[in-house]
Amino acid sequence: MTRIDAKFAALNTAGRKAFVAYVMAGDPDFDTSLDVVKGLPSAGVDVIELGLPFTDPMADGPTIQLAGQRALDAGMTLERTLDLARRFRETDDTTPIVLMGYYNPIYNRGVDTFLVDAKAAGIDGLIVVDLPPEEDEELCIPAQAAGLNFIRLATPTTDDKRLPRVLQNTSGFVYYVSITGITGAGEADSVDVAPEVSRIKSKTDLPVIVGFGINTPEKSRAIASVADGAVVGSAIVSQIGAGKPVEEVLAFVKTLSDGAHSA
Amino acid sequence: MANDLFNSFMSGPDENGRFGIFGGRFVSETLMPLILELQEEYEKAKTDQTFWDEMNDLWTHYVGRPSPLYFAERLTERLGGAKVYLKRDELNHTGAHKINNVLGQIILARRMGKTRIIAETGAGQHGVATATVCAKFGLKCIVYMGAHDVQRQAPNVFRMRLLGAEVIPVTSGRGTLKDAMNDALRDWVTNVRDTFYCIGTVAGPHPYPAMVRDFQSIIGKEAKEQMMAAEGRLPDTLIAAIGGGSNAMGLFYPFLDDKSVNIIGVEAGGRGVNEKMEHCASLTGGRPGVLHGNRTYLLQDDDGQILEGYSISAGLDYPGIGPEHSWLHEVGRAQYVSITDKEALEAFQLSCECEGIIPALEPSHALAHVMKIAPELPKDHLICMNMCGRGDKDIFTVAKHLGFDMSDTEGRTAD
Repeated sequence: MTRIDAKFAALNTAGRKAFVAYVMAGDPDFDTSLDVVKGLPSAGVDVIELGLPFTDPMADGPTIQLAGQRALDAGMTLERTLDLARRFRETDDTTPIVLMGYYNPIYNRGVDTFLVDAKAAGIDGLIVVDLPPEEDEELCIPAQAAGLNFIRLATPTTDDKRLPRVLQNTSGFVYYVSITGITGAGEADSVDVAPEVSRIKSKTDLPVIVGFGINTPEKSRAIASVADGAVVGSAIVSQIGAGKPVEEVLAFVKTLSDGAHSA
Repeated sequence: MANDLFNSFMSGPDENGRFGIFGGRFVSETLMPLILELQEEYEKAKTDQTFWDEMNDLWTHYVGRPSPLYFAERLTERLGGAKVYLKRDELNHTGAHKINNVLGQIILARRMGKTRIIAETGAGQHGVATATVCAKFGLKCIVYMGAHDVQRQAPNVFRMRLLGAEVIPVTSGRGTLKDAMNDALRDWVTNVRDTFYCIGTVAGPHPYPAMVRDFQSIIGKEAKEQMMAAEGRLPDTLIAAIGGGSNAMGLFYPFLDDKSVNIIGVEAGGRGVNEKMEHCASLTGGRPGVLHGNRTYLLQDDDGQILEGYSISAGLDYPGIGPEHSWLHEVGRAQYVSITDKEALEAFQLSCECEGIIPALEPSHALAHVMKIAPELPKDHLICMNMCGRGDKDIFTVAKHLGFDMSDTEGRTAD
């Protein structure tokens, strides 16, 4: 059982929805980023999605592209991203960390080496945007064997015929992408999302968390009320991008997590 | 499959879109159903005679195929060795090989009921070809072009706008072809229902590398017949420039199993292939990685971050290369070399001077390699080089490099 599985079991027992926050590792620099990440659990974050910077984030909108660029400009690497997780684990051994990014930096390091290092650094799960089920042999299957969850994205284009394949090697939770589009664009609509979540839940026992297009406490609550939880990324990252002090960023995160937890 | 691959170099990709370890389908889940649908439709079209009838009719009457295979007599004399033939794909409508592939994809898009076409472009040749065919069929066309390329290829930007396309300058990254491709993918992921992504080269997720190669293979098929007619035998050496590698794949593919034919791809060496990485020679100066939906050789740093690359030629300014080239490189069926900006500029001028052909900067790279090897080869050695684009679009860039002031109406050489 990973920290992710344990967290969702606990939330389920407590009858609470999950709040998941995404931040880019190393944005705008290592130390500030570490302060933000360390503050997330007290701001009500149940699961941390830690962005792995990449030069070519094809599924991300301008907000996350720029965050990745800031991090890379400040010298962030895969190694330093794992360092950040390690430093976080010094004071928090329960909040799950999901590393989210693109395959090339991982492939470049070597999948086997990466998995050993990620596990040792306290990473619990992976979301790799450009690895669909068709490429499961690359990382998904080795990751599960190494004791890491591999969290798959399901999208509005994932039809009933395809859904079983998407769910097949998924673990931890299912991340439902509320819109067709990139991060930070569009608006998630709970009326559209609700039947999609039910459709997925009828095929799996895993929690279904919804992300993309959630940017206010109200939206966080509305979406969490029709799913097992909500993810917010770009809205938080844009606060960091605007140079807001860490306390202000965390105060904003708290309003979002309160939204989800009140669902 | 392994046996087939062993016996033939023409049987790839496999059912997962792989050429050896290269290729694949490294895309987000949102796009996955779309590329599976595209694959299915393409498989159907491939064996449907009505599809090819439409293609052939347009190739003949709209593009002007077959393009000539031209014996470059004065160039041959000047180089003093091998006999140099040029496959004149720069004579196609729109001035480059790009339209061969665009026609195929747009006919496919129409069969699939898609009404909105998006494309990425570097030099602008693929963008112009896409805008052209969209105008012909009355389809909405959006072209993503790096902001830096918009500047250095202004004539093509104007052409696309005349043809009714919307040109969107891309400012992310360094504003070149790679960044344009990222934004085209972002558009596609947003507009999944009505949009067809018309990729301009033999890269991207399966089935694009194979599909674009198949559409461009008309170049090699014609060249083979034309060389047989002219010389009664196959060429000894094929030479083509490579950015993503579609004109090269189009020329090479029909010859892959002709073991006597030596195949050479020419990458952009920019300011030189060295640790400064001011080049776009993915095979000579890169290593395997995953970008834009496929595994292939890429220019990248120690952390797996993609480097921007550099070339005088906007059409070669791409940090990757089609996966089939990566495979041909690894299995040794083709040889890949690089040519610097300076060498390409010399070839550009030689072609103008002694053949009366103003070549694009892209095939000028191929020609520069011809200039290197032809003098050392025997006089009965047959070289077939793909003159894949004409240079009208590049005259401003070349003028700048040669110190010629285009704004001076009397045409004096600037100091």
